[in-house]
Amino acid sequence: MKELKVTPIKNGTVIDHIDPGMALKVLKIIGVTGDEVNSTVSVVMHVASSKVGWKDIVKIEDRELIPSQVDKIAMISPNVTINIIRNYKVVEKYKPKLPEILTGLVRCANPNCISNQEREPVQTKFVVVSKSPPKIRCLYCQRVTDKVAEHLI
Amino acid sequence: MDFKGRDVVSIRDFSKKEIEYILDCSERMIPFAKGDRTSDCLQSKILSTLFFEPSTRTFLSFSSAMQRLGGSVLGFAEMSASSVAKGETLADTIKMAECYSDIIVLRHNREGAARMAAEMSERPVLNAGDGAGQHPTQTMLDLMTIKLEKKKIEGTHVALVGDLKYGRTVHSLSYALALFGAKLTFVSPPNLGMPPEVLVDLQEMNADLTQTHFLEEAVGQVDVLYMTRIQKERFPDPAEYSKVAGLYKVDLNLLAKGKSSLIVMHPLPRVTEISPEVDMTKHAVYFRQAFYGVPLRMALLALVSGIPMGEFK
Repeated sequence: MKELKVTPIKNGTVIDHIDPGMALKVLKIIGVTGDEVNSTVSVVMHVASSKVGWKDIVKIEDRELIPSQVDKIAMISPNVTINIIRNYKVVEKYKPKLPEILTGLVRCANPNCISNQEREPVQTKFVVVSKSPPKIRCLYCQRVTDKVAEHLI
Repeated sequence: MDFKGRDVVSIRDFSKKEIEYILDCSERMIPFAKGDRTSDCLQSKILSTLFFEPSTRTFLSFSSAMQRLGGSVLGFAEMSASSVAKGETLADTIKMAECYSDIIVLRHNREGAARMAAEMSERPVLNAGDGAGQHPTQTMLDLMTIKLEKKKIEGTHVALVGDLKYGRTVHSLSYALALFGAKLTFVSPPNLGMPPEVLVDLQEMNADLTQTHFLEEAVGQVDVLYMTRIQKERFPDPAEYSKVAGLYKVDLNLLAKGKSSLIVMHPLPRVTEISPEVDMTKHAVYFRQAFYGVPLRMALLALVSGIPMGEFK
């Protein structure tokens, strides 16, 4: 019998095929900071995978993700799979697709970009140039960045 | 082609066909820009010129262009003369200009400012330079200069010389020249070369381009020398600046090594890149290039106002 490092969850979300080492960034995106405890969160890092070599997994009980969180996760880990679990069964399984335009999710890497001016009423906007590896171009200053994880809002 | 209400933020917002049409309209504007013919097609229209950074040519040529077509101009030529000095946001300034005028011209020190302004404003916004970003009317007038002085852009061999890393004009110009099928040579010091992302972009366009550090190597092969100023403010160490400041200089000795039909362009202001003795030669086109800014901007002001171009035949 296959040994399970983390037991199945009854209800919630399993984020699978996270790029190795990115699980802690996923926790940050979904707001698991330790300040507020509502449900169990399991993190498994550096798991051998026949599909992708190495991967991380995050399981969150009694919670489903909102679309902006899914977009952010897809940006930092484009091969991720989201599983929605209800009563121990996978009721939905999908690979999130990055939208063509990302609005208000990432900060521009260019400090002189108008979108980095706090008092200007402008949301950041990026065109997705490449999904894997993720590369985005600011619609305002045209700066291209591939260090998406460092600039998440 | 209908340009009514259109913003002019980046040269990339326009197709090759659209740029060709704008250049064609700009040529028709030349006698009007010189005052040989008159038009009051923009009478009762008001242009806001919001210049948060100093500029001589762009500011004056936009003002001239609007007034040559019978319109009027209001605005400011430096940030200290605006409410931004009191802490007003750019967004609020744009909203105000939208209430007082029909077209807005914006120069700002931050990249992306014109794009944001265009999103905020119902009136057309023309980008007159945003930080180290875009300056589309300069790119268009550079194309117009090459088209008029060399009769065609396709196949014309253009050397872009000087600070290719920070120079605002050369990034959009190299894209536009590649779009029109010009041959490119980049001449720069090793530490001021064209940014990698620009090079990748040009390669994807299958641009015909070469790079060198030596102007003498390039001068004999090209049809156009496009000189740029190496900007002192980019160098924290004055010693580093002085190493590269006088590196490229066009003088009579250099021109003797070039084609007799070679033309020398410069977005101006120049410092030491072009010796004053060049001004009197047939090679110097940089003052005509500055003039072409007026008919080009006249055409854009008329087009975004929805004026039919038939009047200017």
